[in-house]
Amino acid sequence: MTKNEFLTELRAALAGLPEEDVEKSLEYYSEMIDDRVEDGIPEEEAVAAIGTVEEIRAQIVKDTPITKIIKEKIKPKRSFGGWEIAVIIIGFPLWFPLLIAAAAVIFSVYVSLWSVIISLFAVEISFAAGAFAGIVASIPMFIFGNGVGALFLLGCGVFCAGLAVLWVFVCKFCTKGILWLTRVFFKSLFIRKEKEQ
Amino acid sequence: MDIQLKRGLLDVCVLAAIKDEDSYGYQIIKDVKPYVEISESTLYPILRRLESAELLTVRTAEHNGRLRKYYHITAAGLGRIEDFKNEWKEIMSIYKFVTKGEEDND
Repeated sequence: MTKNEFLTELRAALAGLPEEDVEKSLEYYSEMIDDRVEDGIPEEEAVAAIGTVEEIRAQIVKDTPITKIIKEKIKPKRSFGGWEIAVIIIGFPLWFPLLIAAAAVIFSVYVSLWSVIISLFAVEISFAAGAFAGIVASIPMFIFGNGVGALFLLGCGVFCAGLAVLWVFVCKFCTKGILWLTRVFFKSLFIRKEKEQ
Repeated sequence: MDIQLKRGLLDVCVLAAIKDEDSYGYQIIKDVKPYVEISESTLYPILRRLESAELLTVRTAEHNGRLRKYYHITAAGLGRIEDFKNEWKEIMSIYKFVTKGEEDND
């Protein structure tokens, strides 16, 4: 491999790293090869002595802070051109209402999911209240002699209490399901999958 | 040899190679190689680390119609070598302690 071939390969292998770091390492390895050649070593051998491109890449990546690599990855590859900005401005009356509509749809989905959860808990509270009222109301009835009525109320109260206990599980299951659905929904809206990029 | 230890030793060896006069990459490798195994790809991160720690400075000079980088040791770099010498004295006294029993047995 000639020096130029080697440097081209190295540049390709380092793609994605900060440009400044890439230039620095190319300068370094270029100088190293030149110095060996000057020392009387044939170019091909000098290149071979430097090591493989893969070794060099691994070494440089290991020594580059991860934050630097990420910054380079998320840096926008290009900015908007002049005509693109013009189209965005002219299209404002069209895309702005659409944007608001989309936001409203998302918001209403969110609100309706939460209203289901709220109504589930409202049912739970009414069962608990029914149980409490039935049991408490049966006491004075029993004292004032209406034994059959008192027994009926007590029965209703206990029945409500039983329902309340069972309903807790229904609430828990449904809430978990809805929250999971919400998460999936918003994730698919806002977070793009790696492979789509 | 332990990797961490070798890394620390290589730093000091590179500093020692430029201690008396400024040197360049290939010359540093030739100077250090007889003592510790070092290659182009291991020297590169060491130089960058020492530069960012301000133990050496880099200047670019023309050589035979091309550019070559020369490395110059700083006061902090010389201090690092002194630190190494002092650390080594400590390590030697620990070595004596560790091997004491063995000498008695001889």
